[in-house]
Amino acid sequence: MQNNQLYWRKNIQYLAILIAIWFFVSFGCGILFVEQLNQFKLGGFPLGFWFAQQGSIYTFVILIFIYVFLMNRLDKAFDLDEKQ
Amino acid sequence: MSVQTWTFVIVGITFLLYIGVAIWAKAGTTKEFYVAGSGVSPLVNGMATAADWMSAASYLSMAGLISFMGYGGSQYLMGWTGGYVLLALLLAPYLRKFGKFTVPDFIGERYYSNQARLVALICAIFVSFTYVVGQMKGVGVAFARFLEIPFSYGILIGIGIVFFYAVLGGMKGITYTQVAQYCVLIFAFTVPAVFISLQMVGNPIPQIGMGSTVSDGTYLLDKLNLLSTDLGFAEYTNAGIDDRVNVFFITAALMLGTAGLPHVIVRFFTVPKVRDARKSAGYALLFIALLYTTAPAIAVFARTNLIETVSDQPYSEMPEWFTKWEESSLITFDDKNADGKIQYVADAKINELTIDRDIMVLANPEIAQLPKWVIALVIAGGLAAALSTAAGLLLVIASSISHDLLKNYLKPSISEKGELIAARVAIAVAVVAAGLAGLNPPGFVAQVVALAFGLAASSFFPAIILGIFDKRMNKEGAISGMLLGIIFTSIYIWYFKPQLGGPGLAEDYWFGIKPEGIGTLGMFINLIVALVVSRLTPAPPQSVQELVENIRVPRGSTAAINH
Repeated sequence: MQNNQLYWRKNIQYLAILIAIWFFVSFGCGILFVEQLNQFKLGGFPLGFWFAQQGSIYTFVILIFIYVFLMNRLDKAFDLDEKQ
Repeated sequence: MSVQTWTFVIVGITFLLYIGVAIWAKAGTTKEFYVAGSGVSPLVNGMATAADWMSAASYLSMAGLISFMGYGGSQYLMGWTGGYVLLALLLAPYLRKFGKFTVPDFIGERYYSNQARLVALICAIFVSFTYVVGQMKGVGVAFARFLEIPFSYGILIGIGIVFFYAVLGGMKGITYTQVAQYCVLIFAFTVPAVFISLQMVGNPIPQIGMGSTVSDGTYLLDKLNLLSTDLGFAEYTNAGIDDRVNVFFITAALMLGTAGLPHVIVRFFTVPKVRDARKSAGYALLFIALLYTTAPAIAVFARTNLIETVSDQPYSEMPEWFTKWEESSLITFDDKNADGKIQYVADAKINELTIDRDIMVLANPEIAQLPKWVIALVIAGGLAAALSTAAGLLLVIASSISHDLLKNYLKPSISEKGELIAARVAIAVAVVAAGLAGLNPPGFVAQVVALAFGLAASSFFPAIILGIFDKRMNKEGAISGMLLGIIFTSIYIWYFKPQLGGPGLAEDYWFGIKPEGIGTLGMFINLIVALVVSRLTPAPPQSVQELVENIRVPRGSTAAINH
């Protein structure tokens, strides 16, 4: 039981960090701070615009794969992974 | 060969492919019918999820919308992709561990209540049905416009095709057909984008091309900003930036709605393991991102091309596509100052040209003068997008009726064979009903689809999240939250949508939030009500608390069990 609760707490920590990044790139860089970021350029893109139409989407994909990696490691560490 | 012959050939080949796959993967048991026997690999499931998710709206309308909205269109791009992060992190693995067939199954068991199951069931059917009507309409329009047959015949053909493979194949057939459809639609979407990107900026990758320089050395986006402001439009990369409250709320509503849509959630029941459910969500988003990062590039190319082709040019010298779309009244030209030239400007008094935003993706290859087979390919892709989504939605409706309503509610003694027959009959009825509804569209189909997202966000999303992350959540809290969230959201949408007969005016919006974005607020209302009510009422029984403990860890997952 103790083991399961520690596992869950660690899981919540991972989630909090990943969801914070999710919020930051989309709602932060893509919407709330878009005007400030637009003063910088990434190639031909105003930076805020790039986050809103490209960067946030790439980050979303990467976030999920990071989550998959972290959770697979965590499952094994706590001996809660699925048997083959 | 003409465009129409090409269309016949390419659409014909793709349809033979889908039907062949459906026959090959025919479902024999209820488990195969509902969740494809839980034996689908994460990669295949990810691809099928992507096809399921990307509807006619993503494929045909979105790039067009963005090309007219500029920065403001970002709400669709982030809104329709960001929800997958929530799905992967907060829902999919736990629901897979739970291991039943449908979303009402989860709500019913987690909240130990048949009323909760019934509320979820009604929401699931309502959300899916409104959505599928829009898809059938999309199928009808695509057939009608390019096979040059009346709209009603177009829908009838659509009913026939969906009927055949959804009824026969169930989830198993649909999953493998959707893989084929994903391949067709992503190929059809990216090929013209690559061609046009090469043409305009000499870079074969559209995602990079939209930020590259055109032949005179200026950046494409700077050029488009200049073209736009010259005609009195807002700068493309800044358009809509002053209404960020709504970009924020609409993005959030679409994300939360995505994570609450039953036909998307149910896809994660089809993989063998919890681990696979996580990975599968990643693949799904990767495949979706291919289209969603290409769309804004298409929007920029199409917008630039359009302005350069029509602005201040003599009407008599317009190319063939212009007159073709004029015939279907999707482009209209009114020579107000009688100079024979097209004035396309922001000022409505002087502007002489109106263009339906929905035609941009279909017209784009013609505007860029690409080969005819590319144009036919785009049409085949649009049909694949609409059909794959329609099939996934119909399956949710069928399983809701035969499994949740019949098997778990009305007649638990029904045999597996009887349930399978009921599921096929339910799909057949749903296809025909959706087709007929699409045939006779209440003018507000598009509005209702927006409603579907708001409703999913304000009902399912909090109920499922709390069911997993809050052990203390009980049926009183969940039911009152779902009901208040959904009632608040639908009343607000109705009240402020003149298309639905609501009396509200835009200046009375709460905090200036448009009806499309109100699902976000509805979600918070649901969340707060559920938390408060649950703390004032008895805790859920011990067995339910153990169920929650159990779904939180992957160990001990089984294939979806019949019960």
